[in-house]
Amino acid sequence: MSLDLFFQYLFAGITYGAIYAVVAIGFNIIYNATGIINFAQGEFVMLGGMISISLLPFMPLWCAIAAATALTMLIGAAIEMLFIRWLQSPSVLRMIIITIGISILLRESALHIWGESIRSLPYFYGNEITTFSLGSVHISPQVVWVIAASGVMMGGLSLFFKSTPIGREMRACAANRTAALLCGVNARNMVTLSFMLSAGLGALAGCVMSPITYTQYDSGTSLAIKGFTVAILGGLGNSMAAVAAGILLGIIEAFSVSVVPLAFQDAISIAILLIILFVKPHGLFGSSEAARLKDF
Amino acid sequence: MLTRKNYSLAGLCLATVGLHLLTVLADAPFYLTQLTMAAYYGLVIIGLGVLMGYAGQISIGHAGFFAIGGYVSAALTTRNLAPFEASWPVRLLDGLGLLVPGQDVYGAHLLTVSPWAACGCAVTAAALIALIIGVPVLKLKGHYLAMATLGFGTIIYRILLASPYFGEADGISETPGFTLLPALGSWGPLVISGDVEHRVANFYLAWGVLIVGAWLLLNLIGSRVGRALRSLHSSEEAAEASGVDTARFKLQVFILSAVYAAVAGALLTHFNGGIGPSEASVMKSVRYVALVAVGGMTNLWGALIMGVGLTFLSLRGVFGAFDDAVFGLILIFVMLFAPDGILSLRLKPLLRRMFLGGPS
Repeated sequence: MSLDLFFQYLFAGITYGAIYAVVAIGFNIIYNATGIINFAQGEFVMLGGMISISLLPFMPLWCAIAAATALTMLIGAAIEMLFIRWLQSPSVLRMIIITIGISILLRESALHIWGESIRSLPYFYGNEITTFSLGSVHISPQVVWVIAASGVMMGGLSLFFKSTPIGREMRACAANRTAALLCGVNARNMVTLSFMLSAGLGALAGCVMSPITYTQYDSGTSLAIKGFTVAILGGLGNSMAAVAAGILLGIIEAFSVSVVPLAFQDAISIAILLIILFVKPHGLFGSSEAARLKDF
Repeated sequence: MLTRKNYSLAGLCLATVGLHLLTVLADAPFYLTQLTMAAYYGLVIIGLGVLMGYAGQISIGHAGFFAIGGYVSAALTTRNLAPFEASWPVRLLDGLGLLVPGQDVYGAHLLTVSPWAACGCAVTAAALIALIIGVPVLKLKGHYLAMATLGFGTIIYRILLASPYFGEADGISETPGFTLLPALGSWGPLVISGDVEHRVANFYLAWGVLIVGAWLLLNLIGSRVGRALRSLHSSEEAAEASGVDTARFKLQVFILSAVYAAVAGALLTHFNGGIGPSEASVMKSVRYVALVAVGGMTNLWGALIMGVGLTFLSLRGVFGAFDDAVFGLILIFVMLFAPDGILSLRLKPLLRRMFLGGPS
């Protein structure tokens, strides 16, 4: 493999890795707030892409993206209020099945609203064949958009959790729900907020990646599996580790194409997930002692 | 001994005959085809029901085992081995009398594995894979277990889609019928196939397999093992403290349910005369989980009745284009309002509470 090809694969890997990392952070936000893995996380990404594509004829691109993100956040909040808020200490099995049901419902609604056709947003700058050269490597401007947007989202999120009062309240709920309740934090609203936040995050990622990866009604499922792989790889609940794990998985996937047929690409990332689950279920960067204290 | 279990099983036998009579009275013999298919799916669902309800382990990858059963059996009975006739595995099979010669439409020499051997291989393969996968997977709990089984199902789906041997996106078609018994006297041969002349026999065969499967599982649940499993479901720690070898029981039930799925897959593939990759898709696995959940996790009869009933409606195309959406909705609402299954709902107090506003 020549050096040029190496860097070309590397950039492809980092692009996909950044997307996986954003999906994984969406998983982590809800997991931290509720202890639930939201199996419908991938559908938020799909919804963001689809809604923005539908809104595009009526408004400029950035408006469509903002509106799609806001709408998906509302959908996320509605889902939490309708299906999750009023359950009293449900079992993990029950929550898994409910979120799987929600993901089917969102996917089927998308199928009936938008049909089976594959759509995409236009490139934010230039078109499919616009590239700029970095040394001898050709990079599409959209790749820069994806990486930049993911970076901004991660930075903004960490700032939000560290320095805003609401972010601190959310972290308090994640650390110890009862103690947070006793300090006057409305834990239920924090859960709704976490669903909105992760829906918005997913939707924004769905918009930015749509020109490269395209959007279809069922594109959420495989993204959710990848995102979950990354979340586990980094250790559930640990968002900063998820970024490293996401880029790692993206790069492994990109390079695997040069060894095995493309049709097996998904199988490889899932095989990685299984191996990690069997060998180090607390993640590459997680501590096994902390994992043992968790209930699930 | 006449226990409740035996009464219920006798009821199921009567219901089978009753269903046949109904289709005769309604002059709609084509319903028998879907009833046959529904019975095979019912076999998957009761197997999964014991795993989920009694051992307390979720599996979102059971379509994978169903597909292993179906695909292995279909591939062995369909793919021509004649070019490899000289190699030792084929000669060994031939020596054991497990190969059937045949001719294709152009008169060329064909050599395929006999259905009995193919089905045996299919079920053994599923059991072995369940054993290999089960040891590490069943150490996981909750989300991790769900995701690992989902991952397993997806890998099987991807492998089937990507390998030419399994027909890629087309699947395998023209699978021959499975001759269970040769013709005896005035009786015709007993063949599992979708041909019209075998329809009634196949209907009774499928329901017979379902009844025997249910009988075996009911015996298992009622036995010492069943009690151990139930203790496992409520608290794994407590079960272990009472001397239950939890890891072994979980693994055994996992393999058992995989075998049920594989048997159903193999028989249904011979009945349908083919199998496609959609049988291995995640949506199928989710559907099995939904059907178990609707019937009630710790209620084998509920799972059986709702499983066969809803599958029959779905196969008849009652839900139309909303097929998957209906199952998603069922999944959500059952889990929200009746986590013990629809049949567990006590309608009278519920209605009274809704209309009169009494205490809940």
